[in-house]
Amino acid sequence: MAKKTYIKAITEGIDIALAEDPKTLVFGEDVGKNGGVFRATNGLQKKYGADRVFSTPLAESGILGMSIGLAVTGWRPVPEIQFSGFIFEALDSIVAQMSRIRFQYNGTKNAPITIRTPYGGGTHTAELHGDDFENFFVGVPGLRVVTPSSAYDAKGLIISAIENNDPVVFLENLRLYRSVKGEVPDDKYTVPLDKANVVQEGKDVTIIAYGGEVSEAQKAAEKLAKDNISAEIIDLRSLYPLDTDTIFESVKKTHHVVIVQ
Amino acid sequence: MAEAKAVDFAKIKAEEGAAFAKPVRILDNDGKVVNKDLMANFTDDQLVDLMKKMVWERALHEQTMSFSQQGRLGFYAPTWGEEASEMGTASAFKKQDFLFPAYRDLPQLIQHGATVAQMYLWSKGHVKGNLFDARALRPQIIIGAQMVEMAGAALGIKKNKEKDTVAYAYTGEGGSSQGDTYEGMNFAGAFQSPAVFIIQNNGWAISYPRKKQTHAQTIAQKGVAAGIPAVQVDGMDVLACYEVAKEAREFAAAGNGPVLIETLTYRFGAHSSAGDDPSRYRTKEEEKPWFDKDPLIRLRKYLTEKGLWSEDEEKKYADECKDDFKKAMKEADAVEPEKVTDMLKRTFEVPTPDIKEQIKKYEAKESK
Repeated sequence: MAKKTYIKAITEGIDIALAEDPKTLVFGEDVGKNGGVFRATNGLQKKYGADRVFSTPLAESGILGMSIGLAVTGWRPVPEIQFSGFIFEALDSIVAQMSRIRFQYNGTKNAPITIRTPYGGGTHTAELHGDDFENFFVGVPGLRVVTPSSAYDAKGLIISAIENNDPVVFLENLRLYRSVKGEVPDDKYTVPLDKANVVQEGKDVTIIAYGGEVSEAQKAAEKLAKDNISAEIIDLRSLYPLDTDTIFESVKKTHHVVIVQ
Repeated sequence: MAEAKAVDFAKIKAEEGAAFAKPVRILDNDGKVVNKDLMANFTDDQLVDLMKKMVWERALHEQTMSFSQQGRLGFYAPTWGEEASEMGTASAFKKQDFLFPAYRDLPQLIQHGATVAQMYLWSKGHVKGNLFDARALRPQIIIGAQMVEMAGAALGIKKNKEKDTVAYAYTGEGGSSQGDTYEGMNFAGAFQSPAVFIIQNNGWAISYPRKKQTHAQTIAQKGVAAGIPAVQVDGMDVLACYEVAKEAREFAAAGNGPVLIETLTYRFGAHSSAGDDPSRYRTKEEEKPWFDKDPLIRLRKYLTEKGLWSEDEEKKYADECKDDFKKAMKEADAVEPEKVTDMLKRTFEVPTPDIKEQIKKYEAKESK
């Protein structure tokens, strides 16, 4: 199997979503011809046309507000917010609007919107280009928050997120975009949105991590192993809702928890 | 000799917006026709229909205010004074059009297919108030949010290749200060989507007057920045509002891109039924000229002179409407309150593990 970067895996996932559902739309600042500033949508406009993959004017609230209007006219929007530090311009659209659509219309309307946005530090970016602000979105009823930690999960989770009928904030770890490579099948597969991943089993301590911190947890676990401490690592994948079943099961066994954020 | 000036900003400032300060008008305050050509577009039946809609809206306001004061409703934003602006514009749209109303736009939503009982349920915060048979979203609470969402629906309609269909949204002059209003207009302009933006300039954003809301001479000129053709209309003249909205709809539906309408109207009453008192920030003297422009007076005069309308007829019709609203209130009151489990079940498509636990707990309570 070919080894692919985290960002390539995301591109492949979006590609499959576009191919499978003609109602899927991909858009955002510089997303069209330019393929996004990180090239996550590279080549997709050429393949699917500018009607379905397109750049927008520069206004985050416009982009996410527009996503709601597109959703209620039958489309499945996959907007990109160029950096998650820019997302606050559009907080109303996320927290006060799209997350409530299912609730407000008793499920007769929904907002199957997947907001893709890079987050996280460690890449020497400008201010507000490398923040970890995921906590702002966690706990909003009706809103899913998902972040992959590996190339394999990145493809499987982005496909699941787009196919899911709830709005999803899909956080892409900026540092992992090109620093991480993994086995990624060419064909379609999905990774469930509601299941945390036990990355490695252990019996003494549970380390809960997500996104860019999962590999850090693995490094810590290697060190602990030298002191004969067996660490279990849980990659949350979904920050909200939380897979509490997996967490509780692990903690019942280890009685100790370390949360890495 | 004075130094040559590259630009005369004072002159630009003085002239900016002047081209938009020419509201379209058909009937003056006294019911005299000031635009014969446009007046000729109306049949007698249409004129009576628009009169009845305004009487209906005023009766709706009076009856709803009464229910509100009796404590039978939740939030209500009075529409008194805005009957021409609301009914005139709303009458120009078709069933296939997608309406994005704000909280003062319940009458337009009812015209578009919602029932009065559903609007009372909306006011009471019941989900059934949102389940109307109309292509529309529920009244928006966040001022400006409907504008970006409507721009998206207009793009969706364009991408769906829907024929003879537009999206339209309402806000007030206060809402025109929100960034989302500009973003909505700019997106609709950039994508040349079939969108009609209607700004009901009713003079007041709660206590903040129009002249302080923006230094722009007109709200209509805000369309220029987005490349959108815009017009001001006498918002107390239901005929002018209808004609302008009809042209706007036709222009947008034909694929020419979005349009902006500013209606010049007045909020006769309070901002909301929740304790706002206009006497804290405006005087009766300031209100007087606007009450003279009451949209019902001018059309009533015109129709009465033509023998198409009478005070008796108006009173009879208003009473009939109020009887309907009383029935609607009873219908809304008879709807079972929502259960906690109903709310929990519709948060996510598939309830999450913690929500499943909550459902279990509340089902046990509710079955007692």
